[in-house]
Amino acid sequence: MDLYEYQARELFEEYGILVPRAEVADSAKRARASAERLGGRVVVKAQVKAGGRGKAGGVKFARDPAAVELTARQILGMDIKGHTVREVMLAQPVDIDAEFYVSYVLDRSQGRFLAIASAEGGMDIEEVAATRPEAVLRTAIDPFEGVSREKAAEIAAAAGLPEAAADTLTALWNVLIREDAQLVEVNPLVRTAQGQILALDGKVTLDDNARFRQTRWGAQGPAHDPETDGLEAAAAAKGLNYVKLDGEVGVIGNGAGLVMSTLDVVAGCGARPANFLDIGGGASAQIMADGLSVILSDPSVTAVFVNVFGGITACDAVAHGIVRALESVRLTKPLVVRLDGNNAARGRAILDERGHPLVEQATTMDGAARRAAELAHAA
Amino acid sequence: MAIYLTKESKVLVQGMTGGEGMKHTRRMLAAGTDVVGGVNPRKAGRSVDFDDRAVPVFGSVRAGIDATGADVTVVFVPPAFSKAAVMEAADAGIGLAVVITEGIPVHDSVVFHAYAQRHGTRVIGPNCPGLISPGQSNAGIIPADITKPGRVGLVSKSGTLTYQLMYELRDTGFSTCVGIGGDPVVGTTHIDCLTAFEADPDTELIVLIGEIGGDAEERAAAYIKESVSKPVVAYIAGFTAPEGRTMGHAGAIVSGTSGTARAKKSALEAVGVQVGNTPTETARLVLERLAETSR
Repeated sequence: MDLYEYQARELFEEYGILVPRAEVADSAKRARASAERLGGRVVVKAQVKAGGRGKAGGVKFARDPAAVELTARQILGMDIKGHTVREVMLAQPVDIDAEFYVSYVLDRSQGRFLAIASAEGGMDIEEVAATRPEAVLRTAIDPFEGVSREKAAEIAAAAGLPEAAADTLTALWNVLIREDAQLVEVNPLVRTAQGQILALDGKVTLDDNARFRQTRWGAQGPAHDPETDGLEAAAAAKGLNYVKLDGEVGVIGNGAGLVMSTLDVVAGCGARPANFLDIGGGASAQIMADGLSVILSDPSVTAVFVNVFGGITACDAVAHGIVRALESVRLTKPLVVRLDGNNAARGRAILDERGHPLVEQATTMDGAARRAAELAHAA
Repeated sequence: MAIYLTKESKVLVQGMTGGEGMKHTRRMLAAGTDVVGGVNPRKAGRSVDFDDRAVPVFGSVRAGIDATGADVTVVFVPPAFSKAAVMEAADAGIGLAVVITEGIPVHDSVVFHAYAQRHGTRVIGPNCPGLISPGQSNAGIIPADITKPGRVGLVSKSGTLTYQLMYELRDTGFSTCVGIGGDPVVGTTHIDCLTAFEADPDTELIVLIGEIGGDAEERAAAYIKESVSKPVVAYIAGFTAPEGRTMGHAGAIVSGTSGTARAKKSALEAVGVQVGNTPTETARLVLERLAETSR
């Protein structure tokens, strides 16, 4: 789970990293009031979980509270890469002398974290990394040693960062470990005209798997996330592994890989998948009913494709689950079911016996996807 | 012969006395796995009856190895205790630790991965279905009854896609199927399995299943070009996955241009690997390649 910039800023501050004074506001009026408390001149920054905010016009300087109100009104409600801006952060401006880049990211190929540091921070760090890789220092971190003050000083020196940036590197490592983050990034890390080292913008991605031992955000993560889609929020409340997409064919399947594959096969048939929904074992009537009700409440869905491979969970158990789910959920759109694997014949017979007029079966994944696409387009 | 797991393998189950552990130990035994013991410090000295076989419970992996000569452990313990379980197994000198547990924090995986490497223990997983050498042994949760022994080796990030391909190719059969898991950090990679399959005289063709996220498939493609002489057929899932969204597997996240399904497919095709558009088409490509090589 990604944090908003203002949440990352608060974390950094708590771990002793210097950050600009800032406040968050969800209306232009409140933005103005914040600006007054912060001394009038502020940078107004869109709070969305997407990069490229500056280039999209979501970061603007305003020189007095009246200008802040106007600017906040422009930015609030703006769409940045599909994310609607619902909050802005107001930050005191800083006189920048130099911009740097520091982060810790997971190196999947080696199974350990890398410290990445560059003396050329700012908006175009990706380009620097692509065109002049020698300007970006990558250092593998031994998980048993971590980042000591000495190690941090070594990294800062080798990357051409000021000595004081070593403190930022050690503090940032502490954020990574103690908060169970998968990514922490400061870009830019700046040296001010007064010689202070300050984290001007940051990104933190927390590890969802660590929620059981991270109490700060609660079991469901930050309670306040205005970006979450209505259907996704409803699915999350039912504990479903659901992602909303743009299409018209609702998809339910078991196993993340098979469901991703199902989306591709649906797309290959000329239709667009409406969602990703992995029901795991998938035999229980409850999870099938929950999944169906979320998908059927999506107005763009015109047909539903249930794709289950019976491995550990046999197909007859899945078929019983579907039949029982149809007792509690009123089916309003055609449903194509493909059951294959263990006890597939028994599973198919159970659905045939139920004989719901809107339920059709297909024996192969490709055939079922074609049928679901046809039904979706006919609707 | 198969890779990593044969009928000679002696298997311990850490977490055998829990719900999932019990269920899958029974299935492993039914598939012919030589399960020699469970590990649970609170139930040491007892044994658990699975149909016609009583499986002893040991207080530690060390004790289990000493008593039985076990060389494989399957880990079912909950996420909060998985790191300690794998490190204990590595300390005891086990050769292979198959970590089924889903939901392990990545910092824990990083630590036990490094620890196991230092101790010469191969880890498969975490968040994986395990591996099966059909007709010989099954370590994990892969359904054993959907395929048969044969000469195809399979390596995959995804569980259900593995099952789908195993089933599509049930008349052809497999030497070994390895589910390496979809987490960002896994102990055994596509490349490790390609190396082992290349060296395995009983494997004639290799199926590689990948999905969006990371660059493991791209690196596998480079490795195939240099070091794999056997035919490889691949399938990649996640062409329609939106950018920057996680889809179930923690590893299956696309950001930016690298890690997309398209990039992986191109990288594999560039080194002569055929890539199927659907699991069914992939199975058909396998049959075609096998028919060619046997001519």
